[in-house]
Amino acid sequence: MSSKPNAKAVLEVKDLQTYFKTDAGIVKAVDGVSFTVHEGETLGIVGESGSGKSVTNLSIMRLIPSPPGRIVGGEILFEGIDILKLSESEMRDIRGDKISMIFQDPMTSLNPFLKISTQMIETIRLHNSDMDRKEALERSIEMLKLVGIPSPEKRIYSYPHQFSGGMRQRVMIAQALSCNAQVLLADEPTTALDVTIQAQILELIKKINSKMGTAVILVTHDLGVVAGMCDKVCVMYAGRIVETALTEELYTNPAHPYTEGLIRSVPRMDTKNKDRRLFSIEGQPPNVIDLPPCCPFHPRCHKAMEVCRHAYPPKKDLGNHHEVACWLYLDEETKTKALQDAIREEKA
Amino acid sequence: MGTTKKPLLEVRDLKQHFPITTGNILNRQVGAIRAVDGISFDIYPGETLGIVGESGCGKSTTVRSISQLHKPTSGSVIFNGIDMVNADKRTMLRARQDMQLIFQDPYASLDPRMTVRSIIAEPMVIYNNRKLLPEPMTSHEMEVRVEDLMERVGLNKAFKNRYPHEFSGGQRQRIGIARALALNPKIILADEPVSALDVSIQAQILNLLGDLQKEFGLTYLFIAHDLAVIQHISTRIAVMYLGKIVEVSESAQLYDSPKHPYTVALLSAAPIPDPKVERERKRIILTGDVPSPDKEREGCYFYDRCPKKMPWCSCHIPPMFGITANHEVACWLYSPEDVSAISMEDALVDAAKQKTEATTGKK
Repeated sequence: MSSKPNAKAVLEVKDLQTYFKTDAGIVKAVDGVSFTVHEGETLGIVGESGSGKSVTNLSIMRLIPSPPGRIVGGEILFEGIDILKLSESEMRDIRGDKISMIFQDPMTSLNPFLKISTQMIETIRLHNSDMDRKEALERSIEMLKLVGIPSPEKRIYSYPHQFSGGMRQRVMIAQALSCNAQVLLADEPTTALDVTIQAQILELIKKINSKMGTAVILVTHDLGVVAGMCDKVCVMYAGRIVETALTEELYTNPAHPYTEGLIRSVPRMDTKNKDRRLFSIEGQPPNVIDLPPCCPFHPRCHKAMEVCRHAYPPKKDLGNHHEVACWLYLDEETKTKALQDAIREEKA
Repeated sequence: MGTTKKPLLEVRDLKQHFPITTGNILNRQVGAIRAVDGISFDIYPGETLGIVGESGCGKSTTVRSISQLHKPTSGSVIFNGIDMVNADKRTMLRARQDMQLIFQDPYASLDPRMTVRSIIAEPMVIYNNRKLLPEPMTSHEMEVRVEDLMERVGLNKAFKNRYPHEFSGGQRQRIGIARALALNPKIILADEPVSALDVSIQAQILNLLGDLQKEFGLTYLFIAHDLAVIQHISTRIAVMYLGKIVEVSESAQLYDSPKHPYTVALLSAAPIPDPKVERERKRIILTGDVPSPDKEREGCYFYDRCPKKMPWCSCHIPPMFGITANHEVACWLYSPEDVSAISMEDALVDAAKQKTEATTGKK
């Protein structure tokens, strides 16, 4: 990471594969995803619905419903330990304590039958068994104050339905941070919220990130949110990361045709010369069931070549932490070789 | 917009209140949700008016009141010279033929048990059966029309016997658009038509709507909460807050010089997909949430959250002040008289005086 050169890596995901078995075939929701998050860094994961963003996050938390889902390969190293090899009880010590998650929908992720106080105390005491209820309550109130709930000593005794959407999301964040998590997974934390409330919540996540050094993985489909929040961005398409780069680099020099299309297809309100047509990526995102071994983007790509139809492009480092999986950036020799191999294999 | 042109749709002081009842046997009304609380605007032929606002500000209710899906509490909707609120049912239905809706959720707005053909043909069938069409249509004509429409919105006409679940979100939204076009409407009321779609699909649908507007000379009332989308598609924009329009302006002007403190905050809160711009921007973060619209207000609707509030605002509802010919704002900051120096006591005294004047005036 250029902005924080000495920060140590807290979470490394290596070649993660999460498959779901369905009646129609195997859905490779996440297929070989790798990235690293450093202390105090904010990593953005962008992609359209169905690209595997949320499944990546759930895999890190080991919350994939099994069956039908299963993590079939890869490693997730948290401080050097592969959490995929841990037992369920060991995982419980990490989940919520070291790695925490905020979900998309603040309306459904709190228990409507329990007071906020009960839910928060439960979380804290689960991970700090030596803490008594009074201490835990004090800690909860402190956390609520931190996330900007007015008069938290009173509001903590409310039920979730007495809070608005933005406030519920704040409670979720307070709960997620109450155990000083080192990694915060935010799965579309502001998608269900209005713009003015979204700005409040993003500001809060930013503050926590810089104040407490929490590493944040922000999953979103909103390129505007990523631009303001993240140090580094991974772009996902059909279960794979197609491009990784520092935020500024990605927006100024998008390498993958998909990233380029994505950035150009968003209307921007700060541009003067408004040609009335938006750039649009034609076609639909692919069905990830039984995907053939080709570049999944080739039917929609305006720069598609013969080789794209037959083989998945390997990752290519463009320097300055910029990696892209696209045949455009590989030399002719590799391309022809890959094409020949693929055709030979198809025949066999 | 030239002043000589006649507006296609005139909305005057439209109010839509939903009663809150006690819920017991007597079911007394104990209050009202003021979803839309007195809005007025005109839409001229061929233009696109965008309405933007946060959830719960009454955008969707506005559309439903205009199309008479809810009977408005008060106010008037004049469409194409016909008073939609007071017209008899048949006249209203005939007028509504020229007014069609596109809905937000492409999953919920299509009947899962109908084929694409019957979905798109349904408006024609209904109007034909009620003998409201200028010329009756045969089923063969409808079939041809359905195929034309499917092709026009970018669907393969071979799919006409399929069911909605076989299509993706973007394709379903295209089906919804084809259905809205079936009766050759003059105006399309689009209620968040792209909010549920992915970015790349959103661009496709926005382009399609733009093309259709050019081809058929359509007028749009376009609702969205995404400011960038609204700015892209609209010629004029109305910003709503808590059932009121707080600012109306040409779309280019609104971004360059927003006037109402709420518009300023809204624009500054909307993220821009460019890290360089984004890092240098100063955000105005509003505190608190949108209040509940269940009580009658005496002052400015934005008073509780406004960073520039004055004592005067607490007890006087601002009218629309003209900034330029095409830019109006409902905020006391732009009042021709300076009200900033007036103290709370004087403001309250003045408000009380005006109230008594109004009540005696009525008598």
